Amino acid sequence: MSNSPAMTEFPPPQILTYPASSAPVLIAQGAEGRLYKTTYLLPDQPCALKYRPSKPYRHPILDARLTRARILAEARVLQRCRREGVPVPAVYATNEKAGWLMMEWVDGAPVRQRINEWLGARPDTEAAQVEAQSADQTPLISLMQRIGSAIGRLHRTGVVHGDLTTSNMILQRPKEHQHNGHTGEGAMEKGKALEGHVVLIDFGLATQSSSEEDRAVDLYVLERAFGSTHPRAEELFEQVLQSYKETFKQAPAVLRKLEDVRMRGRKRSMLG
Amino acid sequence: MSDIPMTKKRRIALGCEGSANKLGIGIISHDTLSGSPTVLSNVRDTFVSPPGTGFLPKDTARHHRSFFVRVAKQALRDAGISISEIDCICYTRGPGMGAPLTSVAIAARTLSLLWDKPLVGVNHCVGHIEMGRAITGASNPVVLYVSGGNTQVIAYAEQRYRIFGETLDIAVGNCLDRFARTLEISNDPAPGYNIEQLAKQSADNILLDLPYAVKGMDCSFSGILSRADELAAFMKQKAAKGEDTFTPADLCFSLQETVFAMLVEITERAMAHVGSNQVLIVGGVGCNERLQEMMGAMAAERGGSVYATDERFCIDNGIMIAHAGLLAYETGFRTPLEESTCTQRFRTDEVFVKWRD
Repeated sequence: MSNSPAMTEFPPPQILTYPASSAPVLIAQGAEGRLYKTTYLLPDQPCALKYRPSKPYRHPILDARLTRARILAEARVLQRCRREGVPVPAVYATNEKAGWLMMEWVDGAPVRQRINEWLGARPDTEAAQVEAQSADQTPLISLMQRIGSAIGRLHRTGVVHGDLTTSNMILQRPKEHQHNGHTGEGAMEKGKALEGHVVLIDFGLATQSSSEEDRAVDLYVLERAFGSTHPRAEELFEQVLQSYKETFKQAPAVLRKLEDVRMRGRKRSMLG
Repeated sequence: MSDIPMTKKRRIALGCEGSANKLGIGIISHDTLSGSPTVLSNVRDTFVSPPGTGFLPKDTARHHRSFFVRVAKQALRDAGISISEIDCICYTRGPGMGAPLTSVAIAARTLSLLWDKPLVGVNHCVGHIEMGRAITGASNPVVLYVSGGNTQVIAYAEQRYRIFGETLDIAVGNCLDRFARTLEISNDPAPGYNIEQLAKQSADNILLDLPYAVKGMDCSFSGILSRADELAAFMKQKAAKGEDTFTPADLCFSLQETVFAMLVEITERAMAHVGSNQVLIVGGVGCNERLQEMMGAMAAERGGSVYATDERFCIDNGIMIAHAGLLAYETGFRTPLEESTCTQRFRTDEVFVKWRD
């Protein structure tokens, strides 16, 4: 769901055609589905509606089967995470027949955006690489630790995300900011820019798994995504793994597996 | 080996392909100024095994050895060129079946020594992609490469064809071929073609329940094949007792609908990922009109279009090896005789694509 809307003229799902205090907004458009922000449920409580439209190329029976299975699987994974205290949005409602899943709207900005803003605001150091030692790195290091801990808790629950990137994590606005500034971005105090809870989102590719291989690939995907999105902070990724280790008891085995995965890449070498 | 004179108007390559059961030899010319390719000849001979069986490496290799001279002579006759006009001999380095690859590599080396022409080893997958681009004119598409041995979703970035998604076990074409064996459908002209024709006879458009195995941009077909085989056995049992049951046509229809939906889905995900709305289908399974139709429906929804070729270029052929080999040759690439090996494992992303920006 990371792509910005390419085409704007989509018919919204029927539920969003009913009266609400504000018009639904299309937030993201991926290959799979679309994410809307809507106040359909309560006038003062925005929620996120993930809609999987039917695919014209697919046989109708197969289409209905897949949509149903995926909506329910995502809802189950979120529910499981929620129960175990992993920071994910709450599930409000599902209608697997109509192809939608309604969730809590997490107020905040993607971690990717926050990190880039924060890095962009600093003067270019000689090394262009952020040094982990220097004192004013503390907020960023702390954010890395919160990310590692969130993933640790996720894996502890027996769930792998399948598409971990800094775009699929929301840095939740701290409580005192939540009700004054509405959703105005960037107006936050500099020192507090990296504060807040890290909430994991988009479980469309998540599976229930406790295999070391799957967990290691999860970390590897994030490591690669992190390296290409935030090359200047690449060195700090070690902090993510460190705090992952502190949160999750089985982490050492996963990190050993990660070494193997790094060597071969995500794909195994295969026959022609 | 002399350098190419600058006055030359065209460069000519002869390509030898034999990584699976098709032996293909093709001759292509590139205009030296515009680079535009012209197919001079494209000859193919297919080793067809009896219904219910697949092609074994040793029999396939024997077929290639027996037919190489005949096919090569035909290709030269069709092209109407003299041997002295040929600039290089291109051959498939891999991936593919070991024994057939080796037979054709030996033949290519022989031609190279006999005629004193440089050799160019070509990656089979890159051959498919380059030929597909040349024929359809798709400039920078997401490529779905689907054949009996390969299933990959590929996009070009920075001098390499990068694999975004692929099968985790058997290729989609292998799944179809092996199911044709279960049903003992003819392998002539190709098992997949006969499955496609049989699927059209499925009367009620029933979809039997088969597993659907997509994981991100990757997919898996072995479980689907097992389930389809089970259903086929169940059908035969019931039919033997004279009970009412679904038909082989229904099975073929359900299998195609399921595996093609998976392929279209992973392709769509790759297109969303790289932000492209062109899709090119290459490889033997790419001839399937139902797959092309489904892909077209998906691409149209994204405001794009699908590019596909017909059996002359989709199914393994010598011309694609000649074309991709000549592109590399023009950038100065040569395969010295002592390095003119072949390999069963040769990933698409291992090739440095010097000829593209």
